[in-house]
Amino acid sequence: MTHHNADSQFFTTTIDKLVRWGQKSSLWPLTFGLACCAIEMMNLVSPRYDMAQFGSEVFRSTPRQADLLIVSGRLSNKMVPVIEQVYRQMPDPKWVIAMGACASSGGIFDNYAIVQGVDEVIPVDIYVPGCPPSPDAVLDAVLKLKEAIGDGRVHGGVMRA
Amino acid sequence: MSRIVQSGQYQLNVDDLKIAGSGDRMTLSIGPHHPSTHGVLRVILEIEGERIIKATPEVGFLHTGIEKNAEHLTWTQAITVLDRMDYLAPLSNNLGYVLAVEKLLGIEPPPRGRTIRILLTELQRIASHAIWLGTTALDIGSQSVLMYAFHIRELILDLFEEASGARMNPSYFRVGGLAEDVPEGFEEKVRAFLDEMPKRLKEIRTILDKNPIWLDRLKGVGVIDADRALALGVTGPNLRASGVPYDVRKAYPYAGYDEYEFDVPVGENGDSYDRYLVRVLEMMESHRICRQALERLEPGPVNVDDRKIVLPPKEELRHSMEALIHHFKLVSYGFDVPAGEVYQALESPRGEIGFYVVSNGKNKPWRVRVRGPAFYHVFALPAMMEGALLADMVAVIASADPVFGEVDR
Repeated sequence: MTHHNADSQFFTTTIDKLVRWGQKSSLWPLTFGLACCAIEMMNLVSPRYDMAQFGSEVFRSTPRQADLLIVSGRLSNKMVPVIEQVYRQMPDPKWVIAMGACASSGGIFDNYAIVQGVDEVIPVDIYVPGCPPSPDAVLDAVLKLKEAIGDGRVHGGVMRA
Repeated sequence: MSRIVQSGQYQLNVDDLKIAGSGDRMTLSIGPHHPSTHGVLRVILEIEGERIIKATPEVGFLHTGIEKNAEHLTWTQAITVLDRMDYLAPLSNNLGYVLAVEKLLGIEPPPRGRTIRILLTELQRIASHAIWLGTTALDIGSQSVLMYAFHIRELILDLFEEASGARMNPSYFRVGGLAEDVPEGFEEKVRAFLDEMPKRLKEIRTILDKNPIWLDRLKGVGVIDADRALALGVTGPNLRASGVPYDVRKAYPYAGYDEYEFDVPVGENGDSYDRYLVRVLEMMESHRICRQALERLEPGPVNVDDRKIVLPPKEELRHSMEALIHHFKLVSYGFDVPAGEVYQALESPRGEIGFYVVSNGKNKPWRVRVRGPAFYHVFALPAMMEGALLADMVAVIASADPVFGEVDR
């Protein structure tokens, strides 16, 4: 958005930019805790990290109201249909953060039970390393995602459907 | 005939709550993606109106194969996967496993190592109960408690980060002692935390103890009597809330707990409110143990003096050929543990966690079987829930404190 003149109380923009501004300013994550990382994800709303300052503190319990899925923890084979369904239930546009080593690549659990990275099941926008990543790292990922949405670099599952 | 259900101070006539026209039973699937199941639990409820007739928990959504993974890692490496089992109390997992392996090896770390172990495990208990408090209050509908409780935990995680470099999964206890000694100034920081913590806890209790909503939603909800709890294998705070003073730290002391003075808080009614009280009182008992541990902390080695098991000090590697060989051997191959089998139980924040470790004399465990307390608590949920109202399900699951990393392993 560009202000042409501060006195004349209007500005010009494109619809696309305005929509992206709205999307990036109110990313609502889904409450989808899987394992260890879920506790650090909950920590994001605690006073020290305070994700509210970036407009993302409203953790929604229903996928219908969420546009950010933070996959926090290891994904077992039994959980795959669940995460697929939850992802499908989220309205477009939607973004996914793979939080931690397990969600990104299976981590230390290279075995029969664990999916080797959640990107085998659903598309992922940002990977956060760590076991578990500290909340600052996740906060950084959310900020990077916001920036990318604002620049139009990620379209939230729409393009890749 | 009308059925009356007692929930807190309210009495409800169940027939009034029935959905018009339905009349009979309905099956309702809760989870595995549900905010109040504390992870990935699925409960299949059969309800009549608002009343739960039958509850069937389904587990396994977080099955990780941790026990199997441990079998192809060396004795030291296996600590890392076991960390991620009960992720609210990784140090309790560490402690149980290393104690079991130490039993097989017939070694015991020096006093400083033992004291630091107890100090950190008790801090871990406080942190775990703090999360329990925060998430349970959140489920009941009080979001501010979550903020206060997570702050307590945050202070403890800072201490862990200081000692081990990791906030959540420290893998800090090793066979024969610790990964390394705690850093300089650690004791003062722990002391500062211990001075702060009772005030923080009091703040939380001021919010909750006389809060009518908190009392209504927890008192008389999810009752399980002592006999039923024992029969179902319930341990830890959940069992003590039913009036059984069983604490592994007292019954089968390990790691030197017999030298410490502490009480075991016991409830009376076995309801969700007693489970809350027992946990809050336990936090103060852990606080007491931490104080005693700090008093006992004296300079000295933290690891056993056995170069076949414990890594040599880093500075020795530069000038000692022998140290270099030991280092190389330990890092690449590990160490052998005499053949045999051993069971080590300990009191984790959730209850009796048992490690049944079998060695066939090689450098890897042949079998690590874990008795996770939360697993038994999940299957005690039907007993706690039956006859309760649907809304009480949330309070019951929350007050039982299951951690699914440990339930499913």
